[in-house]
Amino acid sequence: MQFMLLFSRQGKLRLQKWYVPLSDKEKKKITRELVQTVLARKPKMCSFLEWRDLKIVYKRYASLYFCCAIEDQDNELITLEIIHRYVELLDKYFGSVCELDIIFNFEKAYFILDEFLLGGEAQETSKKNVLKAIEQADLLQESQTEDWGGLANEEIL
Amino acid sequence: MALKIVKGSIDRMFDKNLQDLVRGIRNHKEDEAKYISTCIDEIKQELKQDNIAVKANAVCKLTYLQMLGYDVSWAAFNIVEVMSSSKFTYKRIGYLAASQCFHEGTDVIMLTTNQIRKDLSSPNQYDTGVALTGLSCFVTPDLARDLANDIMTLMSHTKPYIRKKAVLIMYKVFLKYPESLRPAFPRLKEKLEDPDPGVQSAAVNVICELARRNPKNYLSLAPLFFKLMTSSTNNWVLIKIIKLFGALTPLEPRLGKKLIEPLTNLIHSTSAMSLLYECVNTVIAVLISLSSGMPNHSASIQLCVQKLRILIEDSDQNLKYLGLLAMSKILKTHPKSVQSHKDLILQCLDDKDESIRLRALDLLYGMVSKKNLMEIVKKLMLHVDKAEGTTYRDELLTKIIDICSQSNYQYITNFEWYISILVELTRLEGTRHGHLIASQMLDVAIRVKAIRGFAVAQMATLLDNAHLLTGNTQRNGICEVLYAAAWICGEFSEHLEDPMQTLEAMLRPKVATLPGHIQAVYVQNAAKLFATVLQKHEGETDSQAAQETSQLLIERLPLFVQSANLEVQERASCILQLVKYIQKLQQKNVEVAEEVTALFAGELNPVAPKAQKKVPIPEGLDLDAWINEPPSESESEDEKPKAVFAKEEPKHSRSRHTEVDEKELARRREVRKQEQANNPFYIKASPSSQKVYDAPGVEHIPVVQIDLSVPLKVPGMPMSDQYVKLEEERRQKEKAEKKKKEKKKKREKRGKGRKADSGPESEEDITPAHHVDIVTEEMPENALPSDDDDKDPNDPHKALDIDLDNLLSGTSSRPLADSEKLPVRTHRPEVLKSPAEDRDNESIPQESKKKSSKEKKEKKKDKEKDRKRSKEEKKKKKKHKEVEEEPMESQPEEAIQSEDSKEMAAPPTSAEEVTAPSSAAAVDTSPVAAAESEPDEPKDTEPEDTKSSKHKKKKQKKEKEEKEKKKKKRHHHHHHHHSDGGGEDSVQNGTVEDEEPLPPMSNYSLLAENSYIKMVYDIQGNHQDESKVVVSVIFENKSDSFLKSMEFNVLDSLNSKLQRPEGAGPHDGLTVPFQLPPGVSNEARFVFSVQSIVMPQKLKGTLTFIVKSEESSTHEKLDFKLHFTCTSYLITTPCYSDAYAKLLESGDLKGSSLRLEGVNMPFHHLLARICFHHHFSVVERIDSCASMYSRSIQGHHVCLLVKTSDQTVSIDAKCDEPSLLGNVLDEIKQTFSKC
Repeated sequence: MQFMLLFSRQGKLRLQKWYVPLSDKEKKKITRELVQTVLARKPKMCSFLEWRDLKIVYKRYASLYFCCAIEDQDNELITLEIIHRYVELLDKYFGSVCELDIIFNFEKAYFILDEFLLGGEAQETSKKNVLKAIEQADLLQESQTEDWGGLANEEIL
Repeated sequence: MALKIVKGSIDRMFDKNLQDLVRGIRNHKEDEAKYISTCIDEIKQELKQDNIAVKANAVCKLTYLQMLGYDVSWAAFNIVEVMSSSKFTYKRIGYLAASQCFHEGTDVIMLTTNQIRKDLSSPNQYDTGVALTGLSCFVTPDLARDLANDIMTLMSHTKPYIRKKAVLIMYKVFLKYPESLRPAFPRLKEKLEDPDPGVQSAAVNVICELARRNPKNYLSLAPLFFKLMTSSTNNWVLIKIIKLFGALTPLEPRLGKKLIEPLTNLIHSTSAMSLLYECVNTVIAVLISLSSGMPNHSASIQLCVQKLRILIEDSDQNLKYLGLLAMSKILKTHPKSVQSHKDLILQCLDDKDESIRLRALDLLYGMVSKKNLMEIVKKLMLHVDKAEGTTYRDELLTKIIDICSQSNYQYITNFEWYISILVELTRLEGTRHGHLIASQMLDVAIRVKAIRGFAVAQMATLLDNAHLLTGNTQRNGICEVLYAAAWICGEFSEHLEDPMQTLEAMLRPKVATLPGHIQAVYVQNAAKLFATVLQKHEGETDSQAAQETSQLLIERLPLFVQSANLEVQERASCILQLVKYIQKLQQKNVEVAEEVTALFAGELNPVAPKAQKKVPIPEGLDLDAWINEPPSESESEDEKPKAVFAKEEPKHSRSRHTEVDEKELARRREVRKQEQANNPFYIKASPSSQKVYDAPGVEHIPVVQIDLSVPLKVPGMPMSDQYVKLEEERRQKEKAEKKKKEKKKKREKRGKGRKADSGPESEEDITPAHHVDIVTEEMPENALPSDDDDKDPNDPHKALDIDLDNLLSGTSSRPLADSEKLPVRTHRPEVLKSPAEDRDNESIPQESKKKSSKEKKEKKKDKEKDRKRSKEEKKKKKKHKEVEEEPMESQPEEAIQSEDSKEMAAPPTSAEEVTAPSSAAAVDTSPVAAAESEPDEPKDTEPEDTKSSKHKKKKQKKEKEEKEKKKKKRHHHHHHHHSDGGGEDSVQNGTVEDEEPLPPMSNYSLLAENSYIKMVYDIQGNHQDESKVVVSVIFENKSDSFLKSMEFNVLDSLNSKLQRPEGAGPHDGLTVPFQLPPGVSNEARFVFSVQSIVMPQKLKGTLTFIVKSEESSTHEKLDFKLHFTCTSYLITTPCYSDAYAKLLESGDLKGSSLRLEGVNMPFHHLLARICFHHHFSVVERIDSCASMYSRSIQGHHVCLLVKTSDQTVSIDAKCDEPSLLGNVLDEIKQTFSKC
């Protein structure tokens, strides 16, 4: 997978993850182009399109579009599965996720994605394991925050 | 006061965390940019503070803003600061920000290396995980090089969580630093059989990605993957493996044959669509690779087509789409199987989803035959009329043309029909593809001579009705066809029935509204028509008609002379003057026709599109060399390259205006581009070239949608349908003549499509309506035969095309060269050679080359030997091989941060082989398991002679050689590497003569041993530093307990000191950066600084460690003595004989000599030993006399002249440091006294 984008029906980018090194300019250009292309498609159309030399796989969940770019030989259906998995993970984590959850906790959404995919490949196919890893990392984070008494008592370095 | 400010800003920070920022942005929809700029100012303030929590919060907000498209590159350093926080909470945010914002150009990445390394080795697996995740996004070649070894170590981490991440990220590392692939591959391969399914799947992922790009290097893994495929139940893994096989089979068709069965089984059994789809795709790929010369697998193809039909019939648009996509792959090799589903595919043309319709169109392309072409095109024409969007209609148009023109108009039997289709297509208003139609018209008219009469008539009609085409706007793409029409009418005007009428049509005032390049063609071809008219009327007594024609031209041309378009103006004024002159002659009754016709005489031949490319470059011609002095930079580069060809045309050679503004220039360029694109002299004949005609000029033209529900009907234009009927009738007549079966004829008329491929009429039976002579394109006489489609040289995967087979199979292997070791971080980084530096050292590549040549010899030798060999033996060897590969890649050294060094199932190292060969087999279980499974594999699963089994046979042959010998030899090779590239010439010697193989040699000698642990060591000098040597110690756990907390300490002498990390006391020990599970060994390196190297030295030292068994743990220690010989200060350095001679002549060297009695070994063995054990290289060897050279780390030259006769060896030696020489000679003496 080359990259994954999440954007709203209004075309606002909600999440982006790039697994190939590109300049910011190029990223912006690609994003703009893809958001337009995908939003212009009719609801009944299939989830795949060819774009440049890549294949775009997208799926709409409520008001959010999940959009992945894969290479020519990659499997479109498994990519849909990955998208679906990710949505399920978000759903489990946030408890019936909505767009606002992702907007306000965008770093969490990234953390979950990073536990699920690494370098564009699925690293963990078990939902349970992903959630476990996230929970533990969160726990670690919380205990540290407690240890340090929260932000207010943060020692000045 | 200052405190107040600080406090104030902290307060403000509390006011605005990420949520507040997001909320704020949402509340400031109208002035978002302004709001965000104030936020960024605040963030800048926050970043200035020392409080890491404040910084982390600021960085978190920046990450969000970055996503919104704001530039945050200025905060890169702050991101690094947050990454470096010791607290996971902030570290996590820092790494997230880095992975979102950093790219290869971010310069602060350089600063992160040590931080990342520290995090990678953190005791907290989540620190490691977060670092790995981040690294996967922003790894650079530098980071990859510096961290490759650390990540590789993590591949053997105890926690699967880390292992799987490390394995996955290795792929990114390989891409950035391809040199790491070979050393890391054995371990990666090992992970294919990791007990944790996640790690296993990660390894499958990585190897599949690697293999997809360079499949040939991974063929030998096929049996292993085959086993995985048949045993795994994880669909994710299965999909990857099946995809991998898809990449492998084209290289090894026999593999494909074996795959068919398990794949068809999966197709039958799986319920997962993604897996089904992958299987079908791979079966298709396999069948494609099998299609040549194999019995047909019609059953499998049928199965695939059937399954795809189910997909296509599914209501899910996605499945429908993919079904069609896969169908189009089958179509290429098995068109008949797909053609039988024509009904379904035609049905898809009506699908509401445009992308599905387009896919169906793709399929049509391959489904046409001579028989059904007309029918299919007819259907498409209906769709053209119905199509709602211009994009889709344009797509249809190009598809129609593609289908018809494919393989040189192979399927067209009636060109009249095709011309009518093209003419009908001109009714499409708003199309962008006027060029395409025009070029087809030109191509057909030029190449199919028989059709010219018809074509000219049609074109004349088009010209006559030009107003219908141009409509109300002259900027309509379709008017391009007028260009073709005018040209055809002019060029082939002899076929015109009424040239006068056409001439009149071409000179109508309305023409002046057409685009310039078309007008130019009009004017030029009007002149051609004029010539034809003159000729027609020549000889007639009444010259009235001819004179009227002249008059017409003289009246009409001035309109074009006034044209703003230079081209039109120029041509018109020339022709006008010419006609005026002719008129004068006519009035004098002079016959001019012949002379005027001569202006346009000559036949045009089509030139193949590749013709230019195929002209071989004459010897000695350098096209890149400058003919003149290169022009200065300041000149416009834009114009330059184009000018080369444009100027060849006379019309562009003169410019009337010397001063033209930029606009005019741009416009002219545009015109010229179009001119070139449309110039008939550039016509390319094959369909593929048609894309060239998409002149950029028309693309931006706004396209007006026009309701075409009532098709425009151009009066007098023939409808293609009538040709369809005519053609059918014609065919039947033909058939009737042949067969006289009336009934069959009728049925055929109706059910033609259905029986397309099963009908009694074969393709060849359909003869073209006319005798069609398709002129083939011309090629230069000495054209080069093939066109080489080069791969993209910038493809990052190209660098990963690395031969790994040898690494795996071992026997014929090119072992890892020194230069291929991963950079290992010792506790003094400066000791390290980077691989780049390594490459600078000439001796290394040379050495490996020579080695491989030697191996080839070995191979041959081996083959000749006895063929039988017990399987048992083979297995043992395999193990042996596996074991042997390991040491090169495992030298993890992280002395500094090894406080919490990880437990590692470290693979055994070479030392064991040498010192305890019996233990080697028993030690490492996983490679052994791998090895064992492999030889079995081909028997069970590959009864046929697949390549891999062949491979094995070869191996078998090779291994016929007696076990012992083999072992010896391999040790020999292997240790050459360890001796820092030592003895390149000894290897050479080995090759030069087919003498008996060299005995085993190792430089590792025993350091100390007790019941728990055994240490062997080797000391090597370093190229870079004259006062440092590296001591490599291999620790082997001999006990059943776990050894941990090993600490290595040496009592320094004045001369030699152990290098300790900064801040450590002179008596502190160094922690060995690993722990040893029972039976495992691993290597660590320690750097010593030395002052004088002329004397050997011994250092006392102690190793302390904790022995941990299930119930107890005890503290143990082991004393040792490190022996620094003078030899260890010598570095193998190649020396050329002339330099050597000069050195000896210089007289700076002092001599000494040595005699060895009773040395009973071949001379080349003797030399090899000196090379190997004492780091010399052979300068020259003549019979039983050889000169040798070495250099110390401090630059002393050591020269030897070795002679042998009757078991006596005399060594004359010279060196600029006599005591060093004396000691080295003593050591050499000792070496030989031992044997």
